[in-house]
Amino acid sequence: MIGEHSSKQYDNELEAIRSKVLLMGGIVETQFLDAMTCFRIGNPERADRVMREDDTVNQLEVSLDDACSHLIVRRQPAANDLRTIMATIKVITDLERIGDEATKIARTAKALHSRGTATVNHYEMVRNIANNTSDMLHDALDAFARNDGVQALKLIAQDAVIDHEFRSIMRNLITFMMEDPRTISAALDTLWVAKAIERIGDHAKNIAEYVIYVVEGKDIRHTKSVPAIEDNIEPA
Amino acid sequence: MNTQLSPEMTTAPAGAGKRTTIAISNLNFFYGKTQSLTNVNLNIHERQVTAFIGPSGCGKSTLLRTLNRMYDLYPGQRAEGSIMYRGRNILDAGQDLNMLRAKIGMVFQKPTPFPMSIYDNIAFGVRLYEDLSKGEMDERVEWALKKAALWGEVKDKLTKSGLSLSGGQQQRLCIARGVAVKPDVLLLDEPTSALDPISTSKVEELISELKQDYTIAIVTHNMQQAARCSDYTAYMYLGELVEFGETDQIFMNPARKETQDYITGRFG
Repeated sequence: MIGEHSSKQYDNELEAIRSKVLLMGGIVETQFLDAMTCFRIGNPERADRVMREDDTVNQLEVSLDDACSHLIVRRQPAANDLRTIMATIKVITDLERIGDEATKIARTAKALHSRGTATVNHYEMVRNIANNTSDMLHDALDAFARNDGVQALKLIAQDAVIDHEFRSIMRNLITFMMEDPRTISAALDTLWVAKAIERIGDHAKNIAEYVIYVVEGKDIRHTKSVPAIEDNIEPA
Repeated sequence: MNTQLSPEMTTAPAGAGKRTTIAISNLNFFYGKTQSLTNVNLNIHERQVTAFIGPSGCGKSTLLRTLNRMYDLYPGQRAEGSIMYRGRNILDAGQDLNMLRAKIGMVFQKPTPFPMSIYDNIAFGVRLYEDLSKGEMDERVEWALKKAALWGEVKDKLTKSGLSLSGGQQQRLCIARGVAVKPDVLLLDEPTSALDPISTSKVEELISELKQDYTIAIVTHNMQQAARCSDYTAYMYLGELVEFGETDQIFMNPARKETQDYITGRFG
């Protein structure tokens, strides 16, 4: 936060919202990491925990939405305060969906391992995209916490790399399935997981865009405002 | 790696392409030896509402009072610079002040109806500038009261004293009085600070109606009011114009940190 309001209470309310968003971010980040561990080694208890955490995340979304409405009605925020609240309302939607995607991964992982159809290299297939997305999500939450517009801008370009990786995974999996139809079941599960990871990357990108909105006051969604950066990033 | 936003994201200067009614340049104002406005430069656009916000003593009312030379009524007060209106500098010595104040009308913080009938409150000013027949005057009074959204409430008691009306009605009577002489510009100096919320919203509604025909400048301490009813907002502090821009931009994304601190309540 930049400077303090004349009303200490207003500062406290904004800070409480901010801390809760970061708490929610921490939970979904852990959900994602746990879900990937389940996918790698199979661990039904951990998968169940990821799914249970989804309820906590959903509750946080509802209570944060409520806190933001209350702040708007009581304080009529303006300028950077207004942008922070608008961005928060959107960020929590993305966080909740990241939680959903992590839950999907955990559920798929549990099913894959319980059927015993796990292939040797199913995790290797998504290792890169998972690591990149995990870093991206972490950095997006970090940029939100520190109001770092420059870091946010770099992340937006990073999403193009993740999208590229997803397409590459899909081509690989199609090749596997064509060569040996017995891999179809595991390949499809791996594809769903890769898709969920790619979606998490999209949500992290959205969060980065909201950070830019808070810092710069510019809404860069659905614009080509960062082509220079995207062009400079080598596809992995 | 270039991490700057592309140039097309930057915004055009406030009011580009709008017609200017009043152009203020290098305006300085003095109460005796005390300077209370310093080098103010600002264009007030035609048929738009321009709001002036800022803490007490920042010079916003003073600025409004220079626009129709209201300060002339007090000795020891003087303005330097230029305020161009219809091709002439308002500050020039040769100005016809009565005509100027008819063209640039003013409404004050506290309702100031004259101690006479509602009808005469309106007709009084008109008689100074125009020689109308009884029928024409009746029409003008009705027209002005309708403009001020007061006709329905007073049409059956035009002979009653203006002082018998409620505060909100009195303020709208004052606005009707200002409108009756068919000015170009209306200056409103905290017009709703003494009114209840319902009267306030009626006056705000009126402002948005009146801007179809008039250029309006409003001084207000209520930032939400500025956000609600103005097209342009000027933030003043210690006699200087800190930032001027489109109201949406000032309240969503002000360029200056001082403006942001004030409108978000980080001031003081």
